[in-house]
Amino acid sequence: MTLLLLCWNFFKTGLFAVGGGLATLPFLTEMATNHPEWFTKAQLADMIAVAESTPGPIGVNMATYAGYFTAGVPGAILATCSLVLPSLIIVTIIARMLDRYMNNKYVKWVFGGLRPAVTGLIAAAGWSVFKLSLLNPDGFSWAHFWQAFNLPAIGLFAVVLFLTQFKKTKKLHPILFIAVCAAIGVVFKM
Amino acid sequence: MKQKTSSKGRDLLRLFASFFKIGLFTFGGGYAMLPMLERELVEDRKWVTNEDILDYFAVGQCTPGVIAVNTATLVGYKRAKVLGAVIATLGVICPSVIIITVIAAVLSNFADIPAVQHAFAGIRVAVCALITAAVIKLIKSNVKSVVQILLAVAAFAVVAVLGASPVWVVVGASVAGLLLGKFGKKPKDEEAEK
Repeated sequence: MTLLLLCWNFFKTGLFAVGGGLATLPFLTEMATNHPEWFTKAQLADMIAVAESTPGPIGVNMATYAGYFTAGVPGAILATCSLVLPSLIIVTIIARMLDRYMNNKYVKWVFGGLRPAVTGLIAAAGWSVFKLSLLNPDGFSWAHFWQAFNLPAIGLFAVVLFLTQFKKTKKLHPILFIAVCAAIGVVFKM
Repeated sequence: MKQKTSSKGRDLLRLFASFFKIGLFTFGGGYAMLPMLERELVEDRKWVTNEDILDYFAVGQCTPGVIAVNTATLVGYKRAKVLGAVIATLGVICPSVIIITVIAAVLSNFADIPAVQHAFAGIRVAVCALITAAVIKLIKSNVKSVVQILLAVAAFAVVAVLGASPVWVVVGASVAGLLLGKFGKKPKDEEAEK
């Protein structure tokens, strides 16, 4: 019965959390309030930390973590599947319509406006990671303005960005950059 | 007949493997998966184009659910209809389910381990540089005309400066696209006609 209720709650979250990732957060907060026996708000804070420091979409990570806390491994699997089920159904229907209407004049116009805008959205997402990892916004003062820059991180950023633009190293796999930077982070205690 | 089924099976397996890999190496979720998508699906497999991915992100942004999952569903459907959509979606969530379950079971203080924090400080820098590289590429191919530059800058400003929901950007840009198509000079159509 708990499992069924759990599925229902994550299904609802998947159905109404528009915008991805942390859009699931308000729903999880509500769940912690209504069902403190599943997980508490303090555990929710831990969940966010873990979800952000593991690979994979944050929304999915949160569902797995919350499901595990509520009902073990079956809970983890069921909660995750319930979360993705509504979007799987809706997006499949949309994919089918896109197939049919992609050559429609109006659909072309809409995507003509969307492509540059989505490029801007991705840049905004990159900017938020940039602020988080390369700048120290806390305690900013003009007298010590250079302290606002995390210089080792900016140096590493510049090297990786250069390598992705340089002809000979352009083809290196993103996984390689991620792995090497993780190792550099551990060795130099970034 | 038999050969046909086995090649279809192999195609589905490849779809699953690709998205498993993408799920495993997407740190930060959502748009952070762009560099992996580009390498795996556009460059290596040649299943979709950069423009397709932008379209999928736009659809993923304004449909319910996690953007990474929605993108997987769309690519999967394009490859192999409904079965492909299900397989790709399972592929992208599988690594998360496995890793998070193990962490939840074994390492309750995972996020507090110093080595993990240091590793993630490094990974964030890599992700940041990879997203920047991906954005540079997208700008080169999709943001050329004055109108397109304005749309991109406006979208960035609305989210990064004003802190509004990206859903509004998608709605606004769709309307702008329709208006431009109806009343604008349509440099895009001319390009298409060539």
